[in-house]
Amino acid sequence: METIIILLVGVLVSVATYLLLSKNVIRVVLGTALLSHAVHLLLLTMGGLKRGSVPILGDQPETYTDALPQALILTAIVISFAVTAFFLVLVFRTYQQTNTDNLHELKGADNE
Amino acid sequence: MNNILVFPMILPIVAGVGLLFFRTSRSIQRWGSIAAMTAVFSISLFILTTVLSDGIMRLDFGEWLPPFGITFVADAFAMLLVSAASLVSILCLLYAAFARDEQREHFFLYPFLLLLTAGVNGSFLTGDLFNLFVCFEVMLLASYVLMTLGGERRQLVEGVKYILINILSSWLFLLGIAYIYGTLGTLNMAHLSLRIAEAGQPPLLTTISILFLVVFSLKAGLVLYFWLPGSYGALPTAVSALFAALLTKVGVYALFRTFTLLFYHEPNITHTIIGWMAVATMIGGSIGAIAYKDIRKIASYNVVIAVGFMLAGLAAFNLEAIEGAIYYLLHDILVKGLLFLSIGSIIYATGKTRFDEVSGLIVNYPLFGWMFFVTILSLGGIPPFSGFPGKILIGQGSIAAGEYVLAAVAFASSLAVLYSLIRIFLSMFWGEMSIRRKDQVPLTKGRLAPILILTLLTAGLGLGMNLLSPYVSEAANVLMNPELYINKALNKPF
Repeated sequence: METIIILLVGVLVSVATYLLLSKNVIRVVLGTALLSHAVHLLLLTMGGLKRGSVPILGDQPETYTDALPQALILTAIVISFAVTAFFLVLVFRTYQQTNTDNLHELKGADNE
Repeated sequence: MNNILVFPMILPIVAGVGLLFFRTSRSIQRWGSIAAMTAVFSISLFILTTVLSDGIMRLDFGEWLPPFGITFVADAFAMLLVSAASLVSILCLLYAAFARDEQREHFFLYPFLLLLTAGVNGSFLTGDLFNLFVCFEVMLLASYVLMTLGGERRQLVEGVKYILINILSSWLFLLGIAYIYGTLGTLNMAHLSLRIAEAGQPPLLTTISILFLVVFSLKAGLVLYFWLPGSYGALPTAVSALFAALLTKVGVYALFRTFTLLFYHEPNITHTIIGWMAVATMIGGSIGAIAYKDIRKIASYNVVIAVGFMLAGLAAFNLEAIEGAIYYLLHDILVKGLLFLSIGSIIYATGKTRFDEVSGLIVNYPLFGWMFFVTILSLGGIPPFSGFPGKILIGQGSIAAGEYVLAAVAFASSLAVLYSLIRIFLSMFWGEMSIRRKDQVPLTKGRLAPILILTLLTAGLGLGMNLLSPYVSEAANVLMNPELYINKALNKPF
């Protein structure tokens, strides 16, 4: 199961890389969103996928699932949600200001 | 008692949120934020003295004992940086209060400045790798907003690049966290250090350490500084001063922490790489500082050179060099704030950004001119100003470690710093007066006050090194002897 998830992470990262390398700003934003999903999946897999029961004291189960990666991912998802939202708004503002969504036209230091 | 450790992070957040409700009253915004940071500064000085007398302090959130809960650990290194960062943010806030940029003030300039310092202080204090990531993100999100606040075209274009590069580096940071959790099963830094020491840092962990090196280099501007000059040049003065003083320093702090506490077993690999990266950074930064005529660009490349210089101290990796690097880090936090405030004031007063367009400013602004001269001497490491002890100790340390190339490049880069800034001084402040007295824009006392205080501080820090030296040697001692940190940061040996 872990292997499949890791392969999925690989696919997500390659798609995200392809999107990041394109000239269109919106594709770049989508690329960053996909990239963060990939790393969240990786975090989950690194902690080990579900094997035992829930980690609650008093139940005395034989094995239990490590709950920490899920807490980490929850935090990371919230952060990446905020960053993506901000980035989208910024890209929209930049589009309004510069009338272009092509990254090549945004390069250079003196484009005032 | 240890609960006091949370204040350097929580006070700016509470004050920042509180100020959101006073949008219409500019004076509450201005003075409220300054009061909050002054409180933070006094608290952090108090913690610093307590740490020196009673040893390293620790706060377990929610009584979850380490390594299970999130902890804040205050050693002398972290507290010195928290104090310096809080001090410089008071002065930047003061400058912002007198610069009266009403449009930005209306859109929550001060709350975001406070949130930025909260993130910075949190990053210095935290004893947990994932919490470090969270504090980085708090700081970065505030910096994204500050970067683009105002919505000028130049800011937006640079903002897109800045945010993209930081999203990528945060992604790499999470990747590193995932791998290290997968291999070692913990994220508490002291616990990690123990487990790495038990394993003897096999090649797998060294590879992960290089991943962290890349992440923190992106934040600090070590070799990977390509994003820095453009974005720092697009900011209003007070914000750019705060960015230059704090943001790269957080990356430098993280590098020092990870490569003295966690990955110190293979210095032949990791610290050699850091050494070459420092050399490349100093050379690249020097070329940049000399190549441009835009004074904002020159100042930004000076930030890059200083990062290379501090990391040279880490690369040499002995007590002397680390001590020198800590001196230099403190000096750099203050003096980079000072440099960017001065550069911003020059641009405000003249309206020009290239140094060959104006001359004779010393007649118009005599006090400001001499303060700028002191800034240059301090940045160049001339005694008695605060840059000197750091430079001499890093130099001695790297020669003692046999890193002659590193020492030579470090001192050559100081010459480049001095040359690039003296050039500004010679052509802008000396020579024929180009602005007539009746046309000159007045630099008010309020604008000059923070610059004057910082100038006095850099002179005072240089002359009063004896006051600072017990703190710095304690900090360097803890960095070089990780077991001191581990003993205090974990309850019992695991």
